[in-house]
Amino acid sequence: MSAEPSNANRTQYRLGFWLLLAPIVLWLGLLIILPHIDMVLVSLRERIASRQYEFSFSNYTAFFTEPLYWNTFVRTAVMSILATVLTLIIAFPVSFYIAKVLTGRPKIALFILCLIPFWVSELVRTYGWMILLRETGLISGALQWLGLVDQPVEMLYNDVAIMVGLIYTSMLFMVVPLVTTLDSLDNSLIEAGYDLGGSSWHVMRSIVIPHAMPGIMSGCIVVFMLTLGNYLTPTLLGGKDSLWFTEQIYTQFITRFNWEQGAAFGILLLILSSLIVWLGLKITRQSFTRVMS
Amino acid sequence: MRSFRQSKYLTMVTAATAVFSVSAQAETLRLLTWGGYAPQDVVEQFEKETGIEVEITLSNNEDMISKLRATRGAGFDLAQPSQDRIVSAQADFDIYKPMDLSKIDADKIIPSMMAATRKNTEFEGEVYGVPHVWGTSGLIVNREAAGTVKDYTDLCDDSLSGSVSYRLKRPTLIGFAFALGEDPFAAYGDTEKYQAILDKVEEKLIACKSNVKAYWSGGDALLNLMRSGEVSAAMAWDAGGWKLNAENPDITFVAPTSGALGWIDTFVLPRKTKAEEAAYQWINFVMQPEIAARITESAGNFTAAKGSDEFVNDTLKAQFKASFPQADLDNINWYPPVPAGLEEMEGKVLDRVKASN
Repeated sequence: MSAEPSNANRTQYRLGFWLLLAPIVLWLGLLIILPHIDMVLVSLRERIASRQYEFSFSNYTAFFTEPLYWNTFVRTAVMSILATVLTLIIAFPVSFYIAKVLTGRPKIALFILCLIPFWVSELVRTYGWMILLRETGLISGALQWLGLVDQPVEMLYNDVAIMVGLIYTSMLFMVVPLVTTLDSLDNSLIEAGYDLGGSSWHVMRSIVIPHAMPGIMSGCIVVFMLTLGNYLTPTLLGGKDSLWFTEQIYTQFITRFNWEQGAAFGILLLILSSLIVWLGLKITRQSFTRVMS
Repeated sequence: MRSFRQSKYLTMVTAATAVFSVSAQAETLRLLTWGGYAPQDVVEQFEKETGIEVEITLSNNEDMISKLRATRGAGFDLAQPSQDRIVSAQADFDIYKPMDLSKIDADKIIPSMMAATRKNTEFEGEVYGVPHVWGTSGLIVNREAAGTVKDYTDLCDDSLSGSVSYRLKRPTLIGFAFALGEDPFAAYGDTEKYQAILDKVEEKLIACKSNVKAYWSGGDALLNLMRSGEVSAAMAWDAGGWKLNAENPDITFVAPTSGALGWIDTFVLPRKTKAEEAAYQWINFVMQPEIAARITESAGNFTAAKGSDEFVNDTLKAQFKASFPQADLDNINWYPPVPAGLEEMEGKVLDRVKASN
């Protein structure tokens, strides 16, 4: 007799489980997986004539045979990796200071200061940089006023400007995971390191960094993915030579009406960026599950 | 009991309002157009006179086609692509619906423009477009800094290093082709010849790249570059030049010696339009001379409405006359319909120019 209620309980529990799972399954299925399947299908056809399409791999071969597309991808990947590394170098001391040196109110205040720029949209932040860097902009004007240069300097429309913009937009996504992991490091471990005669550099290298590694990697993955997929910053701050892969995808879709090529680029971007992340994890010997937890 | 009745009454009122607001919302005209083509005061007057609500989405030629392609012609009730981009888009993607010209007050429209658009937007025996706003693209020049610029290729002059801007889009290719002495429009039907012209243009644009400060993409960004003096000569639309001229008399629009490029933006019905009647009403409304003049003042370009010139302010008329003496007006190269497939060839050229060093 006692088996019956427990059975009912179990079905109830099951039902609850599926109901809770439903939103995420629907979300993934309808908004992520289905569109991607459609993208793959679109990318595998070629326009023969008006309203006529045929199965073909030509969109993928175009990526490998046309040096322009390939170069654009390599350039985008290299610049994204560089931006990620620079963001890490800048964000690490900041996070260390917030997590380990400050306590109480100043700690929260500084953390919020890192957050505040993200209250305005990316577009506005990028325009802010344009106002600062342009030939008739603030920095150029200040340099002239100080007499350091005798004519306007153009600092916009080049790769350095893109880099500055990218690092600025991704700073927060590095600082947050770093502060969280550094916070969880017991201060007594650092003190023990010093007590055992370790130098600051030594303590940093063998205690702090190994402990922060999952945070570093998760920050790096997020920042890398965000920069690689960024469209706004490279388009607005970049100059006439700036090529960015997402821009290429946009061009194929919107201005060339070539959805087939654009879809192929989209799929390739997904595969290649996953590959780079996987390589990064392999090199640093981190596991994806540990980094993401 | 009383409270029950009251609440019942309230529910009925709410239901009635809901029904009423639904029926009011049903009459909406979703307009896919360019900036300035549907100014606020014109929209308000239309809403007042007809009770139809107008929803405006700003766009450009490529964006309009892409948007309508994604929905197979749904989501908008009236669109405004340029006349040369209609037939190829219709052939490739089937996104438009033929116009019922009997519902258009043809006597309000300049006959020559009506005829030209009719010819250029005809596909499989049906007409798809009605002309609305027309204008040209040519050169915007700061006469003090770049007075020597008379044609597109003058942008490549050494004296203008780093202070030139143009778009990496098809008008630039066409403009440079004309300035190099070719006739790209005549080669539209001959792919091989067209490719030869494109190769020539590509070479010129790559050589010219060191002169370019930045390739502009948004009209406002270019106006800012010209305003601040960072760019002294650019390839752009006439209306932008006149707008700057009103602020700074040194800057103006110049019709290039090889001819300005003329375009006509049209009215087209998306295939799944849900407010066809409202769309025809809007077309007939904005073609009234006095309304058309207000659109001219907001867009900076003249319309195909008959007799609207009288209502346009004198500054704009004077600017137009200064930029277009009769000879230059006759010299305008009007875009013929683009055959399908050409834009792919042009795209590859634009990619290579962008990638070159």
